[in-house]
Amino acid sequence: MSTFLQYLFAGLTIGSIYALSALGFTIVYNARGLVNFVQGDFLMLGGMVTATLVPLGWPLPLAIGAAIATTIACAALLQCCAIAPAKQADPVSLIIITIGASIFIQGIAQNVMGRNQHIVPSFSGDAPLRILHASILPQSLWAMGGTVVLVAGVAWFFNGSLVGKAMRAMAINPMAAQLMGIKTKSMLLLAFCLSAFLGAVAGVLAAPITTTVYDIGLTLGLKGFVGATLGGLGSAFGAVAGGLLLGIMEAMIAGYVSPAYKDAVPFVLIILILLLIPQGLFGSRVKDRI
Amino acid sequence: MTRRLVDIALLAGILAVVPLFVPNSYIFDVVIRIGLTAVAVIGLNILMGLAGQISIGHAAFVAGAAYTSAILTSIFDWPALASIPAAVVAMTALAFLLAVPMLRLNGHALTIATLGLGLILQIVLVNEVKWTGGPDGLTTTPLSFGSFAINTDLRSYALVSVVLVVTVVLSQNLERSAAGRALRALRDSEIAACAVGIDTYRLKVRAFVASAAFAALSGALTAHYSGFITPDMTGFLRNVELATMVVVGGRGSTVGAILGAALLTALPQLLGGLADYEMVVFGLILMGTMIILPDGIVPSLSAKWRGLTAKRGPGVKTSAAPGQETHESVWRLESGK
Repeated sequence: MSTFLQYLFAGLTIGSIYALSALGFTIVYNARGLVNFVQGDFLMLGGMVTATLVPLGWPLPLAIGAAIATTIACAALLQCCAIAPAKQADPVSLIIITIGASIFIQGIAQNVMGRNQHIVPSFSGDAPLRILHASILPQSLWAMGGTVVLVAGVAWFFNGSLVGKAMRAMAINPMAAQLMGIKTKSMLLLAFCLSAFLGAVAGVLAAPITTTVYDIGLTLGLKGFVGATLGGLGSAFGAVAGGLLLGIMEAMIAGYVSPAYKDAVPFVLIILILLLIPQGLFGSRVKDRI
Repeated sequence: MTRRLVDIALLAGILAVVPLFVPNSYIFDVVIRIGLTAVAVIGLNILMGLAGQISIGHAAFVAGAAYTSAILTSIFDWPALASIPAAVVAMTALAFLLAVPMLRLNGHALTIATLGLGLILQIVLVNEVKWTGGPDGLTTTPLSFGSFAINTDLRSYALVSVVLVVTVVLSQNLERSAAGRALRALRDSEIAACAVGIDTYRLKVRAFVASAAFAALSGALTAHYSGFITPDMTGFLRNVELATMVVVGGRGSTVGAILGAALLTALPQLLGGLADYEMVVFGLILMGTMIILPDGIVPSLSAKWRGLTAKRGPGVKTSAAPGQETHESVWRLESGK
């Protein structure tokens, strides 16, 4: 039982990070029909900028604030300079643009912040807490708690605020939304900034546990994408559930079956789930209509 | 018909004179790798360009065939002449088995399933050390016809050129056949294609298997050319790279596929001198190309050329709606309330 709990904690911790990454994917996907490969690099930037500023003597909260601001600025630049000018590009060309942007950001990051592994200090010490004979790091609680707060915040934003509702309207039908006076351009910008914010926070929360490096965004972003697809691409609830589920499955397989094949499991599972339920666990059943 | 022969003769002519302009064996190596990659990219173009189905997992078939052929030669002492066809046949059969369930998927679901395929194979190759040598990879022997070994740059180049020309001919034949037209109909509108009686599912499976066969051929030849293979052959980056080559060159264009392979193979080599700034410049070039030429280099440029020569603006581009599911979304809203 205690080993099971141990694996569950590990899974929930990493799953929270995947969930935030997946949520960021989903917000941009809904706003622009775009699979944004830069999402993982938002997580990288959050962790890396914090890890670079802390040794320079910045207090941790200030460094985190600066990292989040940097990431959001990056996302705004991406939307204004790369996505917005490519009006004629179809979704596949847009994906290639985001892949180019991702390589570009990683190139800048490795030049400015170095190629080595970076460490972010834990927010509140490294002494493990004991819960029901299983131990858990305080940083894991930060990751889970942070995810709960952010997901609640995003849920309120989309259901309770006028801007959030406008963004949902745009996801449902861009043209109708535009006719209703919604400024689709600023909404897109906001969607990018919001996903960058979620990504940066996830990156900072994860960095003390995983350490961070300039190309970590590849893994974190990919897992986020898998989580989002698992839950049903386009559904925010599905993204969070998919991310958490992915983390838990990974931890269980690594613990009970084989650590070597841990990384293969998400992909085997995603293929099986897609074959059985093509729209994902919580996605809407898409039917083509002419 | 004659136009086609001229095209093929032109390609063969270019391939024949290229060695005269190659200054050293380093560049020659890059040129040969471009040719090998182009075979896989032309194959992938059948699936992505003609059928409009996006795969970011075709490096799995490249690496799968490379490892199959390498294992057959090194552990079972097969001659490479036999192991290469065996590897291609094995991968084509595997592609068929995978395609039957997977091509039921659409859009992003298919894309992520193919990506999963590529990454699963990489993990298997890393972990099955006994067969694959693990992360360190495998060494391979050069291909030989009897005592005639393909072990010099020029011989490798000649072989790759012949394979490339055959690949182009096959792909052009397919493009102009009834099946090619059906594939294009499927790409433009699957519903419309169904409505005129095209069995789109079967067609997609066949396109997938055909593209995997070319990928496998490219992989098996690469294994015996490079003398050394590693699991990175089907890493995430390599998988994305193959798809990127098709899109940058221009989906649906065979010339574009060769150009995409050439550009993305040569560019990192050319940028090698930039050392630390290689990724920055590479990323910028990739972004810039797709922003300026959204349909890929060859189709976008030829559309611009036609626009210039016709003395009027380029034709009105119909915007591919990103939200094909918007109808459904509205439907969901109505029924939800």
